[in-house]
Amino acid sequence: MAKGGTRNPMPKLPPEIRIRSFEEVALGFNEEQAIDEAERCLGCKNKPCVYGCPVNIDIPEFIRLIREANPVAAARVIKKTNALPAICGRVCPQKEQCEKVCVLAKKSEAVAIGALERFAADQEAKHSNPAEPPKPENPELCKYCVAVVGSGPAGLTAASDLARTGYSVTIFEALHKTGGVLRYGIPEFRLPRHILDREVDYVRSLGVKILTDVVIGKAVGVKDLLNEGFEAVFIGTGAGTPKFLGIPGENLSGIYSGNEWLTRINLMRAHEIDYATPIKVPKRACVIGAGNTAMDCARTALRLGAKEVTIVYRRSRAEMPARAEEIENAEEEGVRFQLLTNPKRFLGNERGAVEAIECSRMELGEADESGRRRPIPVPNSEFRIECDTVIVALGQNPNPLIRMTTPELDTEPWGGIIVDPRTGMTSIPGVFAGGDVVTGEATVIAAMGAGKIAAAGIDSYIRQKHNLII
Amino acid sequence: MDKQDQKTHVGKWPQNCKLASIEPEHLRNVIVRKEKLAPTVTLVEVRAPLVARSAKPGQFVIVWPHEKSERIPLTISDRNPETGTITLVFQEVGRTTIELGQRQVGEEIASVAGPLGNPTEIELYGSAVVVAGGVGAAIAMPIAKALKEIGNNLVVILGARERALVILEDYMRAISDQLIITTDDGSYGRKGVVTEPLQELVSAQKVDFVFTAGPLPMMKAVAQVTKPHGIKTIASLDAIMIDGTGMCGGCRVTVGNKTLFTCVDGPDFDAHLVDWDELQARKSFYFDEEKAQLKTIAGNKQ
Ligand SMILES: Cc1cc2nc3c(=O)[nH]c(=O)nc-3n(C[C@H](O)[C@H](O)[C@H](O)COP(=O)(O)OP(=O)(O)OC[C@H]3O[C@@H](n4cnc5c(N)ncnc54)[C@H](O)[C@@H]3O)c2cc1C
Ligand SMILES: Cc1cc2nc3c(=O)[nH]c(=O)nc-3n(C[C@H](O)[C@H](O)[C@H](O)COP(=O)(O)OP(=O)(O)OC[C@H]3O[C@@H](n4cnc5c(N)ncnc54)[C@H](O)[C@@H]3O)c2cc1C
Ligand code: SF4
Ligand code: SF4
Ligand code: FES
Repeated sequence: MAKGGTRNPMPKLPPEIRIRSFEEVALGFNEEQAIDEAERCLGCKNKPCVYGCPVNIDIPEFIRLIREANPVAAARVIKKTNALPAICGRVCPQKEQCEKVCVLAKKSEAVAIGALERFAADQEAKHSNPAEPPKPENPELCKYCVAVVGSGPAGLTAASDLARTGYSVTIFEALHKTGGVLRYGIPEFRLPRHILDREVDYVRSLGVKILTDVVIGKAVGVKDLLNEGFEAVFIGTGAGTPKFLGIPGENLSGIYSGNEWLTRINLMRAHEIDYATPIKVPKRACVIGAGNTAMDCARTALRLGAKEVTIVYRRSRAEMPARAEEIENAEEEGVRFQLLTNPKRFLGNERGAVEAIECSRMELGEADESGRRRPIPVPNSEFRIECDTVIVALGQNPNPLIRMTTPELDTEPWGGIIVDPRTGMTSIPGVFAGGDVVTGEATVIAAMGAGKIAAAGIDSYIRQKHNLII
Repeated sequence: MDKQDQKTHVGKWPQNCKLASIEPEHLRNVIVRKEKLAPTVTLVEVRAPLVARSAKPGQFVIVWPHEKSERIPLTISDRNPETGTITLVFQEVGRTTIELGQRQVGEEIASVAGPLGNPTEIELYGSAVVVAGGVGAAIAMPIAKALKEIGNNLVVILGARERALVILEDYMRAISDQLIITTDDGSYGRKGVVTEPLQELVSAQKVDFVFTAGPLPMMKAVAQVTKPHGIKTIASLDAIMIDGTGMCGGCRVTVGNKTLFTCVDGPDFDAHLVDWDELQARKSFYFDEEKAQLKTIAGNKQ
């Protein structure tokens, strides 16, 4: 294909097959498609795409290497700034980032940067030996220990950068498995487990020690970490606490938060018969909200065997915050969209289980602070939606455990930890933070970017503290 | 299973070792003692050094026995920071607790995380009564001890269906000023339910504080007895949990018309304000699925 030509579509499993399993939906480019797509890139001198990527991957360079049939070298270029390319290539909101500013986006369609990134990463995994991990830059630094709290993308990135610099790094993870939202939130049909395991193994291979089942703030305080051998602490505990609507009936049984629904399935494997965690297969499920979490919950409910799954959202299609691709996928799979609809209360049966939602219709008014048009209820428009399962997927607030047990830590009124944006340092010297726990729910790549900034911040903090000139 | 893949030299984490030098194998949860307290009630002492060093009465752990298990909450009945162990007492009621009861000394539990939840507020109230039913005795055990140690006059009421299910009797007798035992069938102690002696106590003398743990209908009944007397009554709630860290919201309860999470806001709540019926409904939601799970136990021991 010529420069600028039409975009190669992502090959996908057909909807009727994919809703019967948790197989990955997007199949990825083959070599031919990848090279063809890579040929579309204009190799722009001013590289707008690079500035659209939160970690500034050298996009034209890695695409050039794919074009030259050298995806392994392409992956190395990406890995200079992004330790988890197989993950970002799959889950980044590219249409809002790198691909949004690609010059081709104005004329026709952006280069499929995410799909190419994923291609490079997958090819590297296939073709290279489980890459002998890079040697630490400064092995002398290994006498300095750094604690990383949380093994989501922010923690994994901070840990791998610090280990590559030379520090001894320990990750403390509250759950019994690593990965944070990448494991318990994002379903396998978007991010297969072996990809995540491979990335976590890579981080381990750098010498990072991972201790699961340790709840920082409970088993061990943040200050204890500093007092017992760690030079610095990175807090990457994410935004784990689900938001609810706060309307009557919300604690009826059969009403889940998005986190609970997804955790039961993704982490605890409730849908597999020999796993003990229970789940009820819905007949009619309603998912409240329209972000990534909502799409994931709806599509998961379908795969469990739900007869009917409806997204209930108070604004219109244009305002739905999920990745465009996932909205499309959900629609293809048969998820219904009940838009401009706002739940007012939940109604239960005699056993205390949900049986319907009372909703009112909405219309869009003026734009609000977020720039989106504000939904206003239409008077006397109440109606019922019958359902036996409700999943409330309205997003998350930062988890309170560390805040509650570390009073010296300055936080926003809504719970986010306050940091110096240049270094990631919090109000406690030596304690750094980044990712969703600082910003509120954002993206995988933003969390990784924050992990990187904090790793650099920790490096210079330790060097200064010990007057190191290495 | 992150922890089990590691090569082992079990349990050699030296007590005063700095946190930075802990290795994954130091944290392996090996069972060091096991006792049957009653036909369906088992006590295990298990290594969990980080939990043992910071646990307080009223806190719990989340236990995940093996790869295919559920994550279940169990109260920390006792701890020993020197040996790095904690004691769990559990009733074998379903798949996960039965499988846990099959584990022998020297075997391992895949994951024990905690201490979670808030410690019980222990104060010098004056006259305190602990009302425990069934395995609730294990939950109440550290609370009763702490209430006594701080100087309260302590009455313990232990209830069980039948004689064989009365647990921790000697322990409770040793730490309390008075121990009352009831059994439903009268096979031991008083015939009847715990609320009867409780009713007599609160009518006959001044009671300043009541702590209750056990089956939900019992706790609800205890709250009904103490409410007219305005006695501060704390119940340890057993909502269904997954993570125990505030992440899933599955453990939410309505207390005084507010939605709270049992794991981070509790597990202790003012018994007079709890919406007991809602909690009961949420707890029994998976009844059919849990029953079906019992069939999978045989042969699934990892
Ligand atoms: C369902 C869902 C779908 C999403 N889809 C996308 C997507 O398609 N694309 C995208 O870019 N973003 C997506 N996001 C958002 C993205 O996943 C998050 O922004 C990102 O994971 C944040 O990373 P983090 O490292 O800050 O936190 P997390 O991923 O939340 O990880 C935090 C980790 O810290 C652990 N932890 C918490 N408290 C403690 C403690 N006290 N002690 C020890 N450990 C602790 C947690 O168990 C967890 O493992 C999605 C989010 C959800 C919920
Ligand atoms: C804070 C707290 C402390 C507890 N401490 C103790 C204790 O010290 N000793 C003890 O014997 N029991 C305790 N429990 C109850 C114990 O967690 C349940 O008995 C156990 O989860 C049952 O699991 P199962 O698979 O064996 O039984 P199942 O057959 O799965 O369930 C039997 C009943 O237990 C409850 N249950 C099921 N799954 C869970 C879950 N994940 N979380 C909570 N409850 C569940 C349900 O009401 C269910 O009907 C405690 C519960 C809580 C919330
Ligand atoms: S990391 Fe995300 S934003 Fe950056 S190039 Fe890759 S897909 Fe685009
Ligand atoms: S902006 Fe688009 S066309 Fe230009 S270099 Fe980047 S990816 Fe290629
Ligand atoms: S157990 Fe998940 S929030 Fe309490």
